[in-house]
Amino acid sequence: MSAARGAAADRQVVDTQGMNYLTSLPRRVVTVWIPLAVFLIVLLFPFYWMAMTAFKPDDELLSRAANPFWIHSPTLAHVKHLLFETSYPSWLWNTLLVSVVATFVSIVFSVLAAYAIERLRFRGSRYVGMAIFLAYLVPPSILFIPLAKMVTELHLFDTRLALILTYPTFLIPFCTWLLMGYFKSIPVELEECALIDGASRLQILVRIVLPLAVPGLISAGIFAFTLSWNEFIYALTFISSSEVKTVPVGVVTELVEGDIYHWGPLMAGALFGSLPVAVLYSFFVEYYVSGLTGAVKE
Amino acid sequence: MGLAAFARIRVACDPAIVALAASTARLLDSRNALGLAFMLPAALLLLVFLTYPLGLGTWLGFTDAKIGRPGEWIGLENFEYLWGDSVTRLALFNTIFYTVVASAIKFVLGLWLALLLNKNLPFKSVVRAVVLLPFIVPTALSALAFWWIYDAQFSVISWALTRMGLIHQYIDFLGDPWNARFSTIAANVWRGVPFVAITLLAGLQTISPSYYEAASLDGATPWQQFRYVTLPLLTPIIAVVMTFSVLFTFTDFQLIYVLTRGGPLNATHLMATLSFQRAIPGGSLGEGAAIATAMVPFLLAAILVSYFGLQRRAWQQGGKDT
Repeated sequence: MSAARGAAADRQVVDTQGMNYLTSLPRRVVTVWIPLAVFLIVLLFPFYWMAMTAFKPDDELLSRAANPFWIHSPTLAHVKHLLFETSYPSWLWNTLLVSVVATFVSIVFSVLAAYAIERLRFRGSRYVGMAIFLAYLVPPSILFIPLAKMVTELHLFDTRLALILTYPTFLIPFCTWLLMGYFKSIPVELEECALIDGASRLQILVRIVLPLAVPGLISAGIFAFTLSWNEFIYALTFISSSEVKTVPVGVVTELVEGDIYHWGPLMAGALFGSLPVAVLYSFFVEYYVSGLTGAVKE
Repeated sequence: MGLAAFARIRVACDPAIVALAASTARLLDSRNALGLAFMLPAALLLLVFLTYPLGLGTWLGFTDAKIGRPGEWIGLENFEYLWGDSVTRLALFNTIFYTVVASAIKFVLGLWLALLLNKNLPFKSVVRAVVLLPFIVPTALSALAFWWIYDAQFSVISWALTRMGLIHQYIDFLGDPWNARFSTIAANVWRGVPFVAITLLAGLQTISPSYYEAASLDGATPWQQFRYVTLPLLTPIIAVVMTFSVLFTFTDFQLIYVLTRGGPLNATHLMATLSFQRAIPGGSLGEGAAIATAMVPFLLAAILVSYFGLQRRAWQQGGKDT
């Protein structure tokens, strides 16, 4: 019976996992490999283009005759210009500092909040959990104007502290939501036993829950760091001096001068501003993806 | 080692269950206090820098506040002015057009890419990691790369099309209103497709292969399998992913700011970029805040449509029951 059914299935082209052997090779090339290759080329082309432009001399950049897809005589002139004639190094430092501090603060606050909501189950914790989720849905584009007013009134305008204080508004909701999911997966019995053995709630959190939630902490940390590194509208609104700017804002506002665009330094700035998050991401892809999909699924 | 420790604690636990019941009563007393203490840092920060500004922003929308000058309450004047303002109306049209077109394309391409990635591929994890790159790098910086790719004089796309003999004149990607609209949408799609694809891929991986086996035994074609197995089972996660996608697209700022600053002739101004332009360089905090506040109802409507619209479909198709 199964042989007959197998033969029937054989005549079908079945596109599911485990049945791929039924699909003929030429068909697979057309339906899978070519579209996938086109997707990958389009998704990666802007990065290739950044890299090409960053190391290409000006006369090649501004020539329509030469093949633009390759560099004939690579140059480091644009990188040199970026590092020594602009404030790029201090933008990198600012971005790093703000991202690390904002991420650290947000993770600590989120761990406490997520533990309280998920495990202490205080009165009203369900509503607080919902409120945290709603807070995640508030976009920065409707908050930056009142925040700009507050930042000015608190005399924080043009300081890194303004960014460190405002970035957690989008980091904490996300991290708390993510960590709540991780804490949920840790058996309650572990905590109950520790309670009976006389451990305090803080000890339980630090000694039992956190070590078991390390993957969640890494996910939340990577996510928070990339979100802070990529932040644009707050940094654009709250910062005006060149030496306090972050990389995305610095490159966009300071490297574009007048009508003649210096594409070389601009693309070098974009490339080196993207590399840190790309490298960090490449080390923790699995954590990042599980954070992304976990947060959406929940 | 973890398991052994777990077992040891379990053993220690059993004789103490009575004690547990007794201590639970005391514990519950402290739970509220402790819960409050643990919530305090996060709650305080969010109340001061999220909830308060949300209220302040709404209030500012009803005042004539300028930068450095506290405003007076002027009621609906800002909104009345903005309703008659052709640029604001255009920005509203642009935002809706941008959101609808970009989200639809992101959905179709994202689903397609997810289905491709769900096949048995060599280097599967590498391919998946590479696909997500556009989503993780700073949007402002990748938008700069698009700016260069769209350059009116040296665009590589124009160069390639000229060499292929398809066009004779370089395309003015960002200089013509409709070209600019579609160019910014393309850049937004480029950035958003990886997010849709990777999250939908996670959803696809939860669908049991046995459904497909059963369907193929019943003689379902690949298209029927997709239509009657994949799509219904995927609908709940599609609803969530597209809600987020619509939310991000509707409130987009960076991409437009970098590529066009709203030009040419305000053809690509979105609500967010217009609100920034009026409030920060323009100095009219009240007017900018009014535009931002006006986004909220549209945003809620967009979320409701994409979330509940898709959820209801799932329910009608029995996707919820399984």
